[in-house]
Amino acid sequence: MLCLLRQMRFLLLFSRQGRLRLQKWFTPMMDREKKKIIRDMTTMVLSRQPRTCNFMQWKDLKIIYKRYASLYFCLAIESQENELLALEVIHRYVELLDKYFGNVCELDIIFNFEKAYFILDEFLMGGEIQETSKQIVNRSIDASDMLQETLEEYMSKPAF
Amino acid sequence: MSPSVPLQEMIRAIRSARTQCEERGVIQRECAAIRAQFRQADNGGRSHNLAKLLYVHMLGYPAHFGQMECVRMIASSRYSEKRVGYLGAMMLLDEKQDASLLITNSIKNDLSHSNQYVQSLALCTLACMGSAEMCRDLAPEIDRLLRASNSYIKKKAALCAVHIVRKVHELGELFAPAARSLLSEKNHGVLHGAVVLITELCERSSESLERFRKTVPDLVQIMKGLVISGYSPEHDVAGISDPFLQVRLLRLLRILGRNNETASDAMNDLLAQVATNTDSTKTVGNAVLYETVLTVLDIKSESGLRVLAVNILGRFLLNNDRNIRYIAMTSLQKIVGTDHNAVQRHRGTIVDCLKDQDASVKRRALDLSLALVSASNIRSMMKELLLFLSSCPPELRSQAANGIFTAAERYAPSKRWHIDTILHVLITAGGDVRDETVPNLIQLITNTSELHCYTVHKLYRALLSDISQQSLVQVACWCIGEYGDLLLRGDCQEVEPMQVCEDDVLDALETVLQSHMSSTATRGFALTATMKLSTRITDNVDRIRSIVSIYGSCIDLELQQRAVEYNALFKKYDHMRYAKKDSTHFCCCGVILFCSVNSFAFNVILEPECEQLTMHVLTLYGLTL
Repeated sequence: MLCLLRQMRFLLLFSRQGRLRLQKWFTPMMDREKKKIIRDMTTMVLSRQPRTCNFMQWKDLKIIYKRYASLYFCLAIESQENELLALEVIHRYVELLDKYFGNVCELDIIFNFEKAYFILDEFLMGGEIQETSKQIVNRSIDASDMLQETLEEYMSKPAF
Repeated sequence: MSPSVPLQEMIRAIRSARTQCEERGVIQRECAAIRAQFRQADNGGRSHNLAKLLYVHMLGYPAHFGQMECVRMIASSRYSEKRVGYLGAMMLLDEKQDASLLITNSIKNDLSHSNQYVQSLALCTLACMGSAEMCRDLAPEIDRLLRASNSYIKKKAALCAVHIVRKVHELGELFAPAARSLLSEKNHGVLHGAVVLITELCERSSESLERFRKTVPDLVQIMKGLVISGYSPEHDVAGISDPFLQVRLLRLLRILGRNNETASDAMNDLLAQVATNTDSTKTVGNAVLYETVLTVLDIKSESGLRVLAVNILGRFLLNNDRNIRYIAMTSLQKIVGTDHNAVQRHRGTIVDCLKDQDASVKRRALDLSLALVSASNIRSMMKELLLFLSSCPPELRSQAANGIFTAAERYAPSKRWHIDTILHVLITAGGDVRDETVPNLIQLITNTSELHCYTVHKLYRALLSDISQQSLVQVACWCIGEYGDLLLRGDCQEVEPMQVCEDDVLDALETVLQSHMSSTATRGFALTATMKLSTRITDNVDRIRSIVSIYGSCIDLELQQRAVEYNALFKKYDHMRYAKKDSTHFCCCGVILFCSVNSFAFNVILEPECEQLTMHVLTLYGLTL
């Protein structure tokens, strides 16, 4: 029987200068390995010519990347996965960020990185899609934030 | 001790550092402050300290001293602290760390917390970095949540179960019943999770596969509901209802229908429906169509459905979006063996993609085009391939040239066409062909005696126009050496008439010998050819002798050695050099030798009178017959 891993292996967000803004690893990996992958991905993606397709082959994985404003979204999927759907996954995440931050830009992700993770963790889990409805993800995030705020008000201390 | 700054202020401070050194300084100060804060008792600002550490970690700095803090935060009763604590655990801990075991208990407690958002944190973390022991420990709890909780928790529990099964295969059995019953849920998130879980179970065990085959009708129903349903604002993406769920359903159907006629039959109509009704104007529709095509081609589908699928791929090839052209090619490549005729129908489009701007698309088009060459289309395909070769990106030249050679060898409609094709490739991309091309071509020419005259004329002309392509020059020299008399005679019907005198030929060879572009091997060929011509020409033997003797003191050892040997042949066996019979084969006796290191080729015929000479030549080369 084929021993398959998850749909997605990792998701990286980095700027045009190669500065990492978010890293989500869906399989356990050594720190050394992660650093190497980050280097490889930023080099590969940033050196792509314009007007080429958004897919690359890298080792046994397919790399799907797309640029939104000043941020590159780089998603690695298993070789039997659907690349076009992966593009939709990236797009959905961007939409979720956009809804939450209101016209999201790179600075939002920098200064509120933990929120970007919380949103991601309501959308994807264990390398798979967790919720297919935009509204439900948004509502869950808002509710979690409320929970935090309520407690913070009670404690009268700022969250961060 | 400096007071710790809020997270955002720290980020600002780091970003305003002008050098790497300055940044390191800021971070060192901050980390010291954070460490100190960790050591203190609860001061209400714990979560923001950990968040700062996590930011620093993302920049690539060490943060392992925060691991225990994560453990403490997860055990806190404050939601904000739990939230950051679990995030920290996912970022800093993995199953290899000892600290990860310490959070098992917290996770266990939080899984049955009264607040679903706390449960959610625990589930998410478990699915992210749960070790095998943790999975074993918590599996029964996950199973409970799969059956009795709200949809928000159920969908997360399902993916948790998926992770558990991936870590501990045997636990698949535990989740199978719950997975089955989840298929009757209406909530899309839960359904999606259930489909992923069932897919995982089926891929792990053939018993599960058998068991879940029975769900095919249910899956077909769910899928139908999505395809023909009206607009659903919750799940609509550009007119497609929940494409993510559709794709997962199609994937599961693929696994269940593979190698099984009954299951494949049950899904046939549905697949046809999806293939025809899905809107293909946006990427999302094409994503669903793509998955449908993959499923159709992998199960035991009717031939009509297969043709439909291949036609969809053919349409993809014409799409403006290069992503779609690219995946069409990769899919066609996979089926070119099994559905050759169906793919052949789209040959024209595929060949057009050789002209695509995108290098990846070009590469795929080349692979496919080479796979589609057949006896019936060889002439037209070769035209396109040769055209491609003349303008293709350098990284594809070698593959294209070698692919053309293979195709030509297999399907050449005539010898002359074959030789012409190889010559064309050598002229266009001689530098990118494999080493054995030269001896292979020589062999081919030798065996095509009816074309010797034609070939030598063509090669001579090629040599006159360009001596930079080494493989071409080598073959040309060899040919001239071997069939130079045909060249000089000048009466070849298939080429334009051309007056070639002995001096012209020797000029050409000398140009090769003296050119800085010629490699040592090439000069060897030219020298040998010059030598061989000594028996074919009558007026310029002295000129040949002087050329050969010049190289007797050449710096290059190989050339020097050859020249000296040829000189010896001149002196000792002058009387035998002309031992011709009625054939035009010249008689410097020996055998066909290919010394691939030296790239010399001696093509001679064994004549009985020349036995002595033969043995001498062989001794010179240190060979035996």
